[in-house]
Amino acid sequence: MDFYASSSTEEPHVLAVDDNLVDRKLVERLLKKSSCKVTTAENGLRALEYLGLGADQEHSINGNDSQVNMIITDYCMPGMTGYELLKKIKESSILKDVPVVIMSSENIPTRIDQCLEEGAQMFMLKPLKHSDVKRLRCQLMQCQG
Amino acid sequence: MEIIGKLQKQFIDFIKALYHEGFLDDQFLQLKLQDESSPDFVFEVVTLFFEDSEKIINNLAATLQQQVVDFKQVDSHVHQFKGSSSSVGAQRVTNACIAFRNFCEQKNLEGCVQCLQHVKHEYFLVKNKLETLLRLEQQILAAGGTIPVLS
Repeated sequence: MDFYASSSTEEPHVLAVDDNLVDRKLVERLLKKSSCKVTTAENGLRALEYLGLGADQEHSINGNDSQVNMIITDYCMPGMTGYELLKKIKESSILKDVPVVIMSSENIPTRIDQCLEEGAQMFMLKPLKHSDVKRLRCQLMQCQG
Repeated sequence: MEIIGKLQKQFIDFIKALYHEGFLDDQFLQLKLQDESSPDFVFEVVTLFFEDSEKIINNLAATLQQQVVDFKQVDSHVHQFKGSSSSVGAQRVTNACIAFRNFCEQKNLEGCVQCLQHVKHEYFLVKNKLETLLRLEQQILAAGGTIPVLS
């Protein structure tokens, strides 16, 4: 079943999660410049709510109405870390195939391994650059191709 | 046309000095690259950075003044500041934050208080520089010129 079908004329929809205001602005801009539709969330809980996985929401088969093609999240966030968010997404039958990218300002190998083992598509070091997002975009297109 | 040339040279010299003195690093260049298609981007991000930073500085001052200082809370604020300064390329602020985090880890109150002063100092310095830079850009545009692109 192909929830994330997107022809080459459609822009992929990315959910960007980061508690830092400046970083949110930056990632949004970089993604938009790479022809992505962007929704931002300031923490894991909001992200889950948007994805239809919130605590009070019914986990219906028709989840992901928002048709998110990729999730990019910061690792260090208050409340729920990016890793915990990743786990929740991977536990969901509807969303487990949505690629999740983790960002962090800290280059900690054990952290990176942990995320990749849990199914993260990629781990990116902050601050993000245009070339990072371009690379991501290419990978995303290959995912769907 | 002469005035545009003068302003452009001023701009280039000023921004080169900022890199040379370590106020700004490559990340700022990354932001400027985004500016090409939407010239207000740097202005927007930098403005957000200023607002966010001043909030963080106030929070830090308040947290450090408490009877029992919560160093985890202090560290959390510094982490935010380190992140946003790094994302705009404000290198000296980022470095000051790194030193600050070390004192948080050690639960060294005096060290933290001194670091806050240092971070504030570096922040207001770079704020001043960035405001000057943005003003120069406005002057160039007002005179009918284009802002030089750096590589």
